[in-house]
Amino acid sequence: MTTENLLAKPAAEAASAPGTEGDSPQKPARSTRSSASYRARSRVFSTLKHIGLIAASLVMIYPLLWLVVSSFKPNDEIFRDLTLFTTNFTVENYVNGWNDLQVPFGVSLLNSTIIAAGAIIGNLVSCSLAAYAFGRLNFRGRTLLFALMLATIMLPFQVVLIPQFTIFKELGWLNTFLPLIVPKFLATDAFFVFLMVQFIRALPKEIFEAARIDGAGHLRTFVQVTLPLMVPALATTAIFTFIWTWGDFFGPLIYLRLPELFPSSVALKGFIDAQSSSDFGSMFAMSVLSLIPLFLAFLIGQRFLIKGFATTGIK
Amino acid sequence: MSSLGELRSIALNARRGRNGPKEKKPDTLAAYLFLLPWLIGLVVFTVGPMLASLYLSFTDYNLLQSPLLKPPAFTGLDNYVDMIGDAAFWNAFRVTVTYVVISVPIQLAVALGLALLLDRGMRGLPIYRSIFYLPSLLGGSVAIAILWRQVFGKDGLVNGFLAIFGVDGPGWIGHPDFALGTIIVLHIWTFGSPMVIFLAGLRQIPEMYYEAASVDGAGKIRRFFTITLPLLTPIIFFNLVLQIIFAFQTFTQAYVVSGGTGGPADSTMFYTLFLYRIGFLEYDMGYASAMAWFLLIVIAVFTAVNFWLSKFWVFYDD
Repeated sequence: MTTENLLAKPAAEAASAPGTEGDSPQKPARSTRSSASYRARSRVFSTLKHIGLIAASLVMIYPLLWLVVSSFKPNDEIFRDLTLFTTNFTVENYVNGWNDLQVPFGVSLLNSTIIAAGAIIGNLVSCSLAAYAFGRLNFRGRTLLFALMLATIMLPFQVVLIPQFTIFKELGWLNTFLPLIVPKFLATDAFFVFLMVQFIRALPKEIFEAARIDGAGHLRTFVQVTLPLMVPALATTAIFTFIWTWGDFFGPLIYLRLPELFPSSVALKGFIDAQSSSDFGSMFAMSVLSLIPLFLAFLIGQRFLIKGFATTGIK
Repeated sequence: MSSLGELRSIALNARRGRNGPKEKKPDTLAAYLFLLPWLIGLVVFTVGPMLASLYLSFTDYNLLQSPLLKPPAFTGLDNYVDMIGDAAFWNAFRVTVTYVVISVPIQLAVALGLALLLDRGMRGLPIYRSIFYLPSLLGGSVAIAILWRQVFGKDGLVNGFLAIFGVDGPGWIGHPDFALGTIIVLHIWTFGSPMVIFLAGLRQIPEMYYEAASVDGAGKIRRFFTITLPLLTPIIFFNLVLQIIFAFQTFTQAYVVSGGTGGPADSTMFYTLFLYRIGFLEYDMGYASAMAWFLLIVIAVFTAVNFWLSKFWVFYDD
């Protein structure tokens, strides 16, 4: 549901989440001074600032670029050379890395995809249902439940970890993807509920009143009016869920013990365990492969991510 | 945050009551139907497990035993008493608090500094913002932690740069004095997420404040300290509270950088890593539950102190 909707720029974009703004260059002059010397000075200042920012940017992304370039270098060159150039370009690392571990890396990538897809669908369905109730409906106990929902965002997961593990173990769900997917269908990622509530509350009330006057019930108002309007919030949720699930290490580490079930995060750990081989090239190559989907999600959803993030402060 | 929305809906309802259509009945039944999945999740995966882990922290509960077939034996405060006498526990606690206290303020300072440099309407703003934000999205992944092991290894990137200046760097990851520092650097590297929140906060400050100050002859520095900083304190506070809560739960980086050992010499044995080892490798779930509750209390205390201190420095415009 994500890609086309993201690219289609839905009309509800106009009703963006509260507390955000575009980057339109509508900057009124802060100073009334306009002498030539002042302008010259501010131009020098601005140039210096850009030089500083470019330097900072390079420091920030150098390790990432080095990782990508190293994955195409022969093993003995990786640590001899810290530059981003190589004359011995090779894809051997990718071929080796793919088959280095007990299970081909492609299986791990597929596992990651299945888990992420399940989590995304679960979060979209369950969180939007709860958000509609909190954002649009009047009911007894709303304030209390809403406060409870906010509190669960702050709760460290370690506190519920062991009983949750016991529940899944007793259900016989260890070594299945169920412990990683089923909770998402029950809106356990409460920050997305919060994000969607914020969004729904910012939508113009008149739309909902019109729907009511037309005789639409809550289910119809939810499916036919609310959901289409909240596509930006749904997209943010989908992208964040994807990034977090794809990168998640702890959940799969405790619930999955069979290598053929490992997602890419846990599979990558295999390279450290078997480091005696010191095949850094393969390890880097598979690291790059596991980062590519995250990077693509970032590119596609950048605008939504930054908006959604800035609105609620979730990571 | 919610109170604002609450206030608005109260105001709207009042207005509707006066001259709009008649105030409708509460939609309690419909609301609870919509909330059903969330309510089930709340009971089954949050509230229930919280109570259960509190109880388990007073028991001797082995992971391999099924609580349905053989209930865990109640042992009172034994786990907590053991905890107080356990040097490894205190080491893990010290490592984590050191990490939180050093990395969070530095990360926020860097985030704020760069947010201030990124003026709105500036040329190249979206590019800078994306570059600074990218590491914080990737930073939690295993691949980046693996990269970090190499960057700070004996023959890694960092020592390569130092060699240019004739400095012979140590193997940072393998040295007990430096290993934690490398994870702190990794955390600081992911300053993009709080930076984006700061940027949004800066956008909220009305332009007219700056205009008024300029008319009164206030310079750049003066404007920063009398307008920007005070109006930004709620955002700084918000970031501080959130980042502290997240930082206490750091796991992946500690696990991967140390190869799961918390080494060298337990210098990167983070609290969560220690908890994982006790619970899932030594099967002592009772002790692990006690640790989880201790963590909850520590985080709650940090948050409460934060809120209390905020009275002295956080400035609310309204």
